[in-house]
Amino acid sequence: MARIIVVTSGKGGVGKTTTSAAISMGLAKKGHKTVVIDFDVGLRNLDLIMGCERRVVYDIINVINGEASINQALIKDKNCNLLSILPASQTRNKDALTQEGVGKILEELSKDFKYIVCDSPAGIEQGAHLAMYFADDAFIVTNPEVSSVRDSDRILGLLSSKSQRAEKNDEPIKEYLILTRYAPERVKSGEMLSLDDVQDILSLDLLGVIPESKSVLTASNSGNPVILDEKSDAGQAYSDIVARYLGETRPHRFIDGKKGLFRKLFGGG
Amino acid sequence: MTLNPQNKSYSSPALEFKSTMFSVPVLGVASDDLMLIEQVLNEKIKLAPEFFKHSPVILDFYDLNKKQLTLSLDALLALVRKVGLFVVGVRGGSEEQHQQAIDLGIAVTANTEIKAELPKASKVIAAPKDDDTISDESTTVLITKPIRSGQRIYSHGDLIVLAQVGAGAEILAEGNIHVYGTLRGRALAGVQGNVDARIFCSDLQAELISIAGHYKISDDIQGAVSNTPIQIYLQKNALVIKTIA
Repeated sequence: MARIIVVTSGKGGVGKTTTSAAISMGLAKKGHKTVVIDFDVGLRNLDLIMGCERRVVYDIINVINGEASINQALIKDKNCNLLSILPASQTRNKDALTQEGVGKILEELSKDFKYIVCDSPAGIEQGAHLAMYFADDAFIVTNPEVSSVRDSDRILGLLSSKSQRAEKNDEPIKEYLILTRYAPERVKSGEMLSLDDVQDILSLDLLGVIPESKSVLTASNSGNPVILDEKSDAGQAYSDIVARYLGETRPHRFIDGKKGLFRKLFGGG
Repeated sequence: MTLNPQNKSYSSPALEFKSTMFSVPVLGVASDDLMLIEQVLNEKIKLAPEFFKHSPVILDFYDLNKKQLTLSLDALLALVRKVGLFVVGVRGGSEEQHQQAIDLGIAVTANTEIKAELPKASKVIAAPKDDDTISDESTTVLITKPIRSGQRIYSHGDLIVLAQVGAGAEILAEGNIHVYGTLRGRALAGVQGNVDARIFCSDLQAELISIAGHYKISDDIQGAVSNTPIQIYLQKNALVIKTIA
C-alpha cells in the first residue's frame, strides 16, 4: 500500500507547492516510486515548479470524468523517472473534484506507487478538503508569522475531525511541521516568530526548518525543484526533511542563523 | 430613653436593594385549550420534577395574541398553580392582559429585559449542533489532544482538557472547565446558567472567558498573571480571576 502525504497549510503563499515538489523529488531520488498530485484546480502551479507545463495533455478532472485513463494523465518527470506528476485542470474549479473520483484515483495510484504526495490548495474548501481527506501523513507548512500559524492550527483541527481516518475512527493522521521562510536574524530582532513560539501553539513533530532563500525563487522560475540545487541551504534543508521522514536522524539546521565558514570568509549574504 | 428611629436605620438598614440576575423559565402560551396546556405542562414537569418544583415562571402571550386567541388569565393562573409553579410575571400581552395581571398582583416584564438576561448563554445553547462539535451525553468530557482553532467542544457536565486550547477554538460546558495547558481560545462554563461553575487553567491567555453568561474578553483580563495556574469564578455577579496558590 502506498503512503498518502498531504502538504497543506490553510494560508496561501507559504510554500506548499514548493514543498510538494521538493519532497516528492526527494523521495523519488531516494529510490521510492512517487507521484505528486496538484489539487489546486483552476490555479494550477505545480506543473510550472516541476517544469512540465508544456507536457500537460490530460489532468485530474479528465480522469475523474472518465475522459482519460490515469496513465494518460500522468507525466513522467524529466529529472527522475521514478517520479510522476498528475496535474490539475486550469479551466475548471474545485467543485469539479468529487470525493468518489479522488478516492478512485488514489486507490489506483496506490497499486503502483510507494508515496503519493497531495499538493493542497489554500483555504479549507472542497479542494483542500479532498486533498487531506484520504491522507495518512500531513505535512503542515507554516511561515513564522501569526496568521499562518493560526491557519495551520485550524487545518490541524480539520485533519483530526474531517478526514477518512477520523470518520472511520482509525489511527489519526500523523502530523508534521515544516517551517518555511525562516530568517534567524529577523527572529532575533523580534520581527518574526521563533521556532519555539510556533511550537508553543502548534506542538507538532518538527520535520525541518527551511531558511528564507533566494534559491527557492530561482528554482521555481526555472522549473527545477529546489531540492535538486544541492548547494543551496533550502535544497539541503529539504533533503534533511526527506531523510528524517524516511526515518534517518539528522540534526536540525538553519535555526540559529550561524553563518557558515564559507560565508564568513567571503561575507556573502 | 427612646431610640431615635433615624439613628437606628443608619446602623442596620431594614431594607437593602440588590440587583441580581435569575434565570426564570418562560412559558410561551400558544393555545387557548386549557386541557392541552395542562397536559403539556405535566409532561414537561415529569422530565425534571425537582427543577420545576415551586419554580417561578413568566407567561408569554406573544404567540397567543399573534394567533388572535383569547384565554382567561384567571383560569390559566389557577392551572399553573395547580401543577406547582408560581407565576411571577407576564409579558408579550395586550394592554388589557397586562392590566389584568397587575390587578392580580403579577408583574409585567418587558420583552427586551428578559432577553438581555443571559445573552451569552442563550446564544451558545442554540449553537453547539455544529459539525465540529464533539458532544457527549455522559456528564464529563475528557479531551487529551490539543483543541485547534475553529473546533468547538461542548460538554453537558464538566470538561477536562489535558492539552492546549488554540486561539479561535471554543470550549463550552454546563459545568466546570479544566484546562491543563495554555488556554488561548474561548472558554464558557455554566452555559445553562450554573453560577457555581468555575474555570481552571494552567496558563490563561484566553480570548474570552464566561461563567453563566458573565463574560470578560482578553482586553479585560490582560492584568492576570500568565503562566500560572488560575481559577475563575463568579462572586456577586462579577468574574474573579485568581491564581491558585
